[in-house]
Amino acid sequence: MTLGPVLVLAALLFSMGVYGVLARRNAVTVLLAVELMLNAVNINLVAFQSALQTSQGVGQIFAIFVITVAAAEVGIGLAIVLLIFRNRRSANLDDFATMKG
Amino acid sequence: MMDFTEPVTWVASILGLVIALSGFLVVTSKNLIHAALGLVGALGATAGLFLVLSAEFVAWVLVLVYIGAVIVLFLFGIMITRAPVGYDVDLDNDRKLIAAIGAGSLFVLTSFAALDSFGDTPLLGLGEPTSTGDLADALLGRFVLPFEFVSFVLLAALVGGITVARKDATPLGEGTDE
Repeated sequence: MTLGPVLVLAALLFSMGVYGVLARRNAVTVLLAVELMLNAVNINLVAFQSALQTSQGVGQIFAIFVITVAAAEVGIGLAIVLLIFRNRRSANLDDFATMKG
Repeated sequence: MMDFTEPVTWVASILGLVIALSGFLVVTSKNLIHAALGLVGALGATAGLFLVLSAEFVAWVLVLVYIGAVIVLFLFGIMITRAPVGYDVDLDNDRKLIAAIGAGSLFVLTSFAALDSFGDTPLLGLGEPTSTGDLADALLGRFVLPFEFVSFVLLAALVGGITVARKDATPLGEGTDE
């Protein structure tokens, strides 16, 4: 097996994430789409580690870093969505066009 | 490009199909809970793909951290921000066509570039797990500074998240008897 199909799969997943971020209206679904994009990057990192066999597994270690940062991002992101929902009674991103409350 | 006489190619193809279909469900489903469960499918199949790509430790980290913790957080977020769990016609905005064109051209561009430069690079050591001990040596040796930094980022982000989402704005100790 070669690297090509795996990279195409990761590109497909990333593009679906981009579509989700652009086309979704609900704030939680946008965060879900961002997770898809981060997951595509993880697939790329692990696949390149498998293809290049770098010493000390650098690709896998960076995938672990990406997972950690993604967990932090979800924590902060959902807290912000929760706070906005509490103030505006809505999770619809089109309602948040102005930054000023 | 894909040699279907090897069983590993079949396994990887099925996992890739599951990832693609689940990802499609995440971005198109009209039901928020179904979208979150689609992400579970995509991440689970990704963990399987990581096992094939000999990244055993990363696969189980993905299962524990993502499917175990992040999805639960997402489900809580969905259930708090939506009282009636059901179909919601307002989930997508009216820029779907532009978004689809943009994402499609991005897919064509990136996959063409990737295939052009790395399409024929063989994957080595498929199915042979990377030693977790080696990863630990690298994490606490060469990468100890980024490791500690990322741990601190996670801690600060979660404490910040709790502070932002707290119901009462008064700091601890300043209110009545807390």
